[in-house]
Amino acid sequence: MNLLTVQAPGRVPHSGRGLALGIWRFMLVALVLVLSLGFTHVAVAQADPDREMTTAAPGITADQWRQVRSGETGPNYRDSRADSNYNLINSSGETWRQIRNRWVSPFGLIAVFGMVAIITLFYLIIGRKKLGEPRTGRKLFRWSLLIRSLHWTVATLFITLALTGLNLLFGKFVFRGLFGDAVWGWMISASKVLHNYLGPIFGVLLVILLISLIKDNIPKKHDLQWFKKGGGLVGKGHPDAGFANGGEKAWYWLLATAGIVVIASGFVLDFPNYGQSRDTMQWANIIHAVGALGLTAVALGHIYIGTVGTEGSLEAMTTGYVDETWAKEHHNLWYEEVKDQAISEEELAARKAGGSGEPSAAKPS
Amino acid sequence: MAQMKFMCDAERCIECNGCVTACKNANDVEWGIQRRRVVTLNDGEANEMSISVACMHCDDAPCMAVCPTDCFYKTDDGIVLHDKDLCIGCGYCLYACPFGAPQFPQQDAFGERGKMDKCTFCAGGPAESKEEEYQKYGSNRIAEGKLPLCAEMCSTKALLAGDAQDVADIFRQRVVHRGHKDGGWSNNPQASADNLAYDAAHKG
Repeated sequence: MNLLTVQAPGRVPHSGRGLALGIWRFMLVALVLVLSLGFTHVAVAQADPDREMTTAAPGITADQWRQVRSGETGPNYRDSRADSNYNLINSSGETWRQIRNRWVSPFGLIAVFGMVAIITLFYLIIGRKKLGEPRTGRKLFRWSLLIRSLHWTVATLFITLALTGLNLLFGKFVFRGLFGDAVWGWMISASKVLHNYLGPIFGVLLVILLISLIKDNIPKKHDLQWFKKGGGLVGKGHPDAGFANGGEKAWYWLLATAGIVVIASGFVLDFPNYGQSRDTMQWANIIHAVGALGLTAVALGHIYIGTVGTEGSLEAMTTGYVDETWAKEHHNLWYEEVKDQAISEEELAARKAGGSGEPSAAKPS
Repeated sequence: MAQMKFMCDAERCIECNGCVTACKNANDVEWGIQRRRVVTLNDGEANEMSISVACMHCDDAPCMAVCPTDCFYKTDDGIVLHDKDLCIGCGYCLYACPFGAPQFPQQDAFGERGKMDKCTFCAGGPAESKEEEYQKYGSNRIAEGKLPLCAEMCSTKALLAGDAQDVADIFRQRVVHRGHKDGGWSNNPQASADNLAYDAAHKG
């Protein structure tokens, strides 16, 4: 453009014959020259950073990018998506991912499988806690049908939730490669549905169970002694225990605290229809996973002690009755209170056959 | 092998939402889902700025890392896709995604969210037939040798899509042409927020 306008005046004819035409041409060229000045000006401005700064769209400052990074949205934030309550950058998502994948997953695995290993070793080295004396054959009533039903329902739900939950966290590393996509797809989908629909039922039933057992689980002074002696799990002696011993009370209060937290965080995750934010669900997920993995690990201990770990314990929760010897050894204080209520096996059979059921006043504690 | 990337030049985006509409149209996305969104910062103020956001097809995709079913995969072109047959609608990808890209058709009790939907870079997804692919994931323009429609339709060419190298080259040219530090994002002289493009221009 500049080159053209500089050359152009040189071509203006000076002959008298084309004077009128020459004047017109001169004016035209002058006009072009003036216009080209404008263009030159623009071209200079584009190459000059300082000038560009004054003409460019006013920028976003570093403070505003920091705000974007923080995830907060100001009053003048707009999002074209209809129901979006999201920010521009969800930086807490990465925090959630790191906590979940780098901490919760590996340490959860260590907790659960570590517990399995400890229990196995314990069983192999120390073995089953047998009754110190022969059974007397006389039975003491311990758990009502209602409590037993509640216990086994909650237990079944707990195991189902634990297995489906573990599958949601670790399943993809094992089963997808093992079974292929068709089976894996069905497996993981069933896990999610079971987990989401059984979870609330578990929550409600656990609360009912906790309420019905609270009277027996108030901590007492002798419970401290029980823990000091390691619950009598190792060695010969049996520390003092009422209806519930220190270990049972610890399990009760773990469920009453951590269990409730797991249930509450589960509800937060399970009902997105209330519109809780993504950040809330990230934290709920971490709390839920940590609590549930911890409870699963401890539950393995509970299952071991209640079944193969201790002779005579399982029948309490299956039949509702325990042997006198078992009561005397494991719950001496309770035994002292109820020893006159012991019945023989014949009486027990008659009681069950007669359909009169069980004593309604379950446990005087 | 190409590494497909989106890039939105915030100096150029005029918040026309043409990309949002083009995406909806190209992919026949179901009601309530909007794979692309336009975010405006400081709306109505002198320093108002808009940016179009969708799945950014991350190299180290957080959605992929947290998915319990492992339904995500990366194509040879670096596009992050997912298998709706495996998706269980748990929402974890949404928790993890920096860009709010994963969306769900429902948000009901008992975590009933339906199958996750997100931008596919117009590359469809795993399916038996073309019809099924279109119905589940929308169009597969990549298979036809075309780029995502959002970027193709962008009226100011703010939204760029293509191989990362090409996108970077175009953006670098723009930054050089604009000629100032932070030419991509901001005219703030003291801003040190994002000098990557400027540095790239000086090296390149």
